[in-house]
Amino acid sequence: MLQLVVTEITEASPQVRTLTLARPDRASLPSFTPGSHLVLECGPSVNAYSLLGDSRMPSAYTISVLKLGAGRGGSRWLHERSPGDMVTVRPPRSMFPPMQKARKHLLIAGGIGVTPILSHLRAAARWGHQTEVLYSHRPGHGTHLDELRQLAPESLRCFTRRSEFHAALQESLGRQPIGTHLYCCGPESFMDTVCRSAEEFGWPEGRIHTERFGADALDPGAPFEVVLRDSQRTVTVEPGRSLLEVLEETGISVPNLCRQGFCGECRIPVTAGTPLHRDHYLEDQEKAADDSLMCCVSRAQTDSLEVPL
Amino acid sequence: MNIDLASDLASDLAPDLVRTFPFPFPQDIYRYSTNVERAGAAVETPAGQWGESVVHIDSEYAHELGERQAILGRDPSRMQVLPHMRASAWDAMLTIMQALALAHPEQMVLEREGEGETFLWTNRLLGIEQRFSYGDEDTLPDEPLTFIGAQVQEDIALLDQREGQLFVDAGLVTFAADWSFGFDVGMSFLEIHGPVPRVHQTGVIARAQKFLMRLQADAPHRRTNWSLTVGRRLDVSTETYPEWGPDRTRILTVDDDAFGAEVHLRVEVQHLVRLPESGSVMFLIRTYLLPLEAIAGIEPWRARLHAVLAELPEDMADYKGFIAYRDRAVQWLSARAPQEG
Ligand code: FES
Repeated sequence: MLQLVVTEITEASPQVRTLTLARPDRASLPSFTPGSHLVLECGPSVNAYSLLGDSRMPSAYTISVLKLGAGRGGSRWLHERSPGDMVTVRPPRSMFPPMQKARKHLLIAGGIGVTPILSHLRAAARWGHQTEVLYSHRPGHGTHLDELRQLAPESLRCFTRRSEFHAALQESLGRQPIGTHLYCCGPESFMDTVCRSAEEFGWPEGRIHTERFGADALDPGAPFEVVLRDSQRTVTVEPGRSLLEVLEETGISVPNLCRQGFCGECRIPVTAGTPLHRDHYLEDQEKAADDSLMCCVSRAQTDSLEVPL
Repeated sequence: MNIDLASDLASDLAPDLVRTFPFPFPQDIYRYSTNVERAGAAVETPAGQWGESVVHIDSEYAHELGERQAILGRDPSRMQVLPHMRASAWDAMLTIMQALALAHPEQMVLEREGEGETFLWTNRLLGIEQRFSYGDEDTLPDEPLTFIGAQVQEDIALLDQREGQLFVDAGLVTFAADWSFGFDVGMSFLEIHGPVPRVHQTGVIARAQKFLMRLQADAPHRRTNWSLTVGRRLDVSTETYPEWGPDRTRILTVDDDAFGAEVHLRVEVQHLVRLPESGSVMFLIRTYLLPLEAIAGIEPWRARLHAVLAELPEDMADYKGFIAYRDRAVQWLSARAPQEG
């Protein structure tokens, strides 16, 4: 966890604010892979935002936040921050990296989805990679246009009309050299349209990349109870906590190594209830037997489980 | 526990090599597993501790770096960076410099000059002071991986992640144990682990690859691997087999004292690091060698190694390359058990 201070806020477009976050002592922050996102604790919710700025030992992180009416209010909370406020931030996560072997990078953004594209473009400029950018946004709502023009002066095309964007998309998808990778970020329906078009043009799946937030972190899950048969106790595993953590707090130590569902160390038997398996260790038949689970990641499908601990 | 190391050890073995030896067996039985854990926490052993940093310098520093240069001189294929891995090589260099500076702040310093691309690297152990501009090969005396590879005892392999797989597309590997970097470069992670008995059936390699593909930059992990080897030779790669292969049978003909001095437990500590900028996965592979006679000086280690070797299935001992002298090693260790009463 990082505790960062808001050092600057600018209006990027009528509904988008760009926040700059730095360490209180201004020491450099961890480097990140272009296209990474930052997970922020924003009052009522936990939200992910793409990092816009320089990726190597940056002195600050910048994110752009679109104010959403719906949702749990995280974007509204961020819009209410002012310089000097502190924000709790989890370190950058990479789920949308530029492919190093790509011969060319075709970057397609819709609306606020332009944010990860900026850090991709910065990296491409540094290493001399070939890029092409299509950016679709509502009239008057383009964000970061100046930076985009600077980073991709030759190849940037912006669209404010759907039909023009679609024509350009078709044309562009049809003419890319083999070995081009496509990166797309924007609203779900926008990404679906772009991906479908690419598939129709015969783009292989491995060359199409989308940024869909939250796919990496395991779902926090629903709360469940665990009856510890031998210790004659019952514990509750809250969302976002693991059974392993709860057992450790109860004073029951379980061998463990990776705490991510890979190593197989933390397997424990289950004597009643149905586990919700989320590990990569157990074989399918073992999962189907439902008589054991990896307590570092797995949860329960039933309201409660019983374990002989 | 109070252990008098001096009494049992070969006189030329520096004490820190025992104190920081990463003895790899948590149990009396060894099987392949995805034995990964978070890096950075020190592990206490009966002789000392290991593992507090991602890179480790010990009293073999100068010797091993010299050895590496000699091997690279004879066989330049041990260092390769496929063209698309250029950014990864820079990323690896900077990441290793940061790790060195963190672990050895007195000797190693990385300074950034302003907000720009220029850095100053100081390695007082080797008397290096190098100003460089990130991404510009002309500002370094060598390619970045070669430059930093000459300053760490770790071997370095860089894996590119694409199309749901990892590929070993760059590296500087001079101390490979029974594999060949020059031959394997460009292969996928799964291909490289092709010949290991038992590991595919148990799904260990596929799980390891999945794990690596989810590795994040702020969470380096580590694992150990081990074997037995004859002598303190670090380069037991496939290329040099004619030089070291015959030792595996010659060792059966030596007397007990020579056996204990020559046969070594060889342990690799592998640090698995997601490089923050390029997104490549870096393996830092550090090789440690401790002769059986030094292991016998630490009774819990002697007993544990004895148990592990005695139980190890044939195919695993064969793959690990010591089937010919496994029984002799078991006998040797057993004969060193403390007398009852
Ligand atoms: S601790 Fe590794 S699978 Fe749970």
